[in-house]
Amino acid sequence: MAEVREEFVEIAGARVSVMRAGQGEPLLFLHGAGGRTWSPLHDRLAERFEVIAPEHPGFGRCELPEWMASMADLALYYLDFMEALDLRGVHLAGHSLGGWLAGEIAIRNTSRLASVSLLAPAGIAAPEEPFGDIFLWSQEQGTRAQFHDQALAEKRLAIPPDLDLVLQNKTATARLAWSPRLCNLQLPYWLHRIDKPTLLLWGKQDRVIPYACEAYWKKGLRHSVSRVIDECGHGLHNEKPDAASQHMFAFIEGAKA
Amino acid sequence: MKLFFFHLMPYADLDLSYADKHDTAWVTLPNSYFDPAKGKATYDRYIGELELADQLGFDGICVNEHHQTAYGLMPAPNLIAAALTRTTKNAKIAILGRALPLVNNPVNIAEEFAMLDQMSGGRIITGFVRGIGSEYYAAGVNPTFSHERYYEAHDLILQAWTREGPFKYHGRHYNFDYVNLWPRPVQQPHPPVWVPSQGSSETIEWCAAKERKYTYLQTFSPLHLAQKNFDAYRAIAQREGYEAQPDQLGWAVPTYVAETDEIARAELKPHIEAFFNRFLRFPLEMRMPPGYASIASAKYLIETKFALRSTDQTIDKLIDMGMVICGSASTVRDAFLHHQKNMGFGNLIAMMQVATQPAWQTEKSLRLFASDVAPHLRGVAQKQTLEAAQ
Repeated sequence: MAEVREEFVEIAGARVSVMRAGQGEPLLFLHGAGGRTWSPLHDRLAERFEVIAPEHPGFGRCELPEWMASMADLALYYLDFMEALDLRGVHLAGHSLGGWLAGEIAIRNTSRLASVSLLAPAGIAAPEEPFGDIFLWSQEQGTRAQFHDQALAEKRLAIPPDLDLVLQNKTATARLAWSPRLCNLQLPYWLHRIDKPTLLLWGKQDRVIPYACEAYWKKGLRHSVSRVIDECGHGLHNEKPDAASQHMFAFIEGAKA
Repeated sequence: MKLFFFHLMPYADLDLSYADKHDTAWVTLPNSYFDPAKGKATYDRYIGELELADQLGFDGICVNEHHQTAYGLMPAPNLIAAALTRTTKNAKIAILGRALPLVNNPVNIAEEFAMLDQMSGGRIITGFVRGIGSEYYAAGVNPTFSHERYYEAHDLILQAWTREGPFKYHGRHYNFDYVNLWPRPVQQPHPPVWVPSQGSSETIEWCAAKERKYTYLQTFSPLHLAQKNFDAYRAIAQREGYEAQPDQLGWAVPTYVAETDEIARAELKPHIEAFFNRFLRFPLEMRMPPGYASIASAKYLIETKFALRSTDQTIDKLIDMGMVICGSASTVRDAFLHHQKNMGFGNLIAMMQVATQPAWQTEKSLRLFASDVAPHLRGVAQKQTLEAAQ
């Protein structure tokens, strides 16, 4: 397992934690609504890349910054973030809310990006299969929806959650994604601006952001590769880290070719 | 003390077995549970009960706003208030309240209240609330902006009532180049503002500030919590350099009067239990959308108050906690005199129809209250203020 270092950076008045591990080209991993964790997928990725996993402003122990009114603000923040850390040739990856965020960053500016990996991204809804309501779900319902294999969900549920963290993460998510729920209706119009190879990776049994959304992303992207993992729920970084990392490695290798 | 009758206008015909299939009577309970054929009679009955309270000499009658729920059929309380301006003569009409953050045009709220004030000849009391958590699911408004929108909408409405128009208003959430109210309210500088709340310290602080002195209304709370919040209000007033008057405090409580204590308990029991256990039923996540309250308040509510309502309530427990006042006229009278003396409120807001409660009970209770309870309560708080002053 990679040795994970934690540091703090202050950008736009928000002091956030950044976890790093591994060596190689930078892979910036943007977490989802549940907050930043160091998942088994992070470990796998750190075998080949320098994985940089920041906690978004407003999440975890960081208060909601006044400037953070929408996902557009957070996208601009991450352009500042990459500039401040002088990251270049970045493999940008994001899961769920973080996948949506990666898309919002990439439609604005790809000059520091080498590739974009969208893991079960929110941001674009499929009218025929609506998102699950992560706000109305109980802690248990939300946890269960992360997994296809409910035995894994049971294990996760056995660990009592930190109420402060849960409430803070939900608040920050609501700030960004309450209405329209977890999506930006304008996003599909601008996907053509992403001029870097883009991976769409989904768990086939995703009950939070259904796999049906993939087609709507694909329609707008210019250079996309789609992969789907069977017997996998929304939290593919926890449920299928081997398959997910292999798809990402192959995609990034292909992107370089 | 001033006496008010508060109607929530529930869907009294609700099939209570809904709870076998659904976890709430709010927002996600399918509206197929509402029978379109029953609406007209329900509104006629409820408006009639409010009119009766006016005729019986209540100082005020109250309506409120909730959305997408069997709990209350008044998503637009000003419609009911408008009807009441035509059919009541003396009672104040209190709209407790409009949920300010839920609208995108608060000037419209200022306009409607100004119209009602004119139509009623200056009889309205306005209520400013944030709306409960579930409203944010119903309205689609971001709950993390709830406080900001509330304060901003409040400022805009107050300015619309009191400033010469046209003027510009530019805020973070509301932007208008022309605010110019026609009609202006008849009550000057503006109609009274009441703030119904379950008592966050922030709300109490805001109401009690000397530049506002808004009447704070405690709703659905155990006695000790109401007491604590009224004390907090008075302490803040003192710190602000003035003495809080009884009419700045109101206590809203379900009330039922019958011939004897035993009859009252037996008659109210199924309805008050349905009220707390069925009509006021929602999952935590609906009650407390993210950002609706501060994280500290959310944790506090999760750990204390919410538990209180999510469990099965019984009438005995509710009466013991002081969350319901129920009994013969003398029992009810003594309870209110006692609580008024301890808590010092000047407005009593009696909820005298709850959940499935039938018309005959509400009418009996209203009449007994008016004839055998009200005469003993009138002037009590005012006398207390005079004594304190001397």
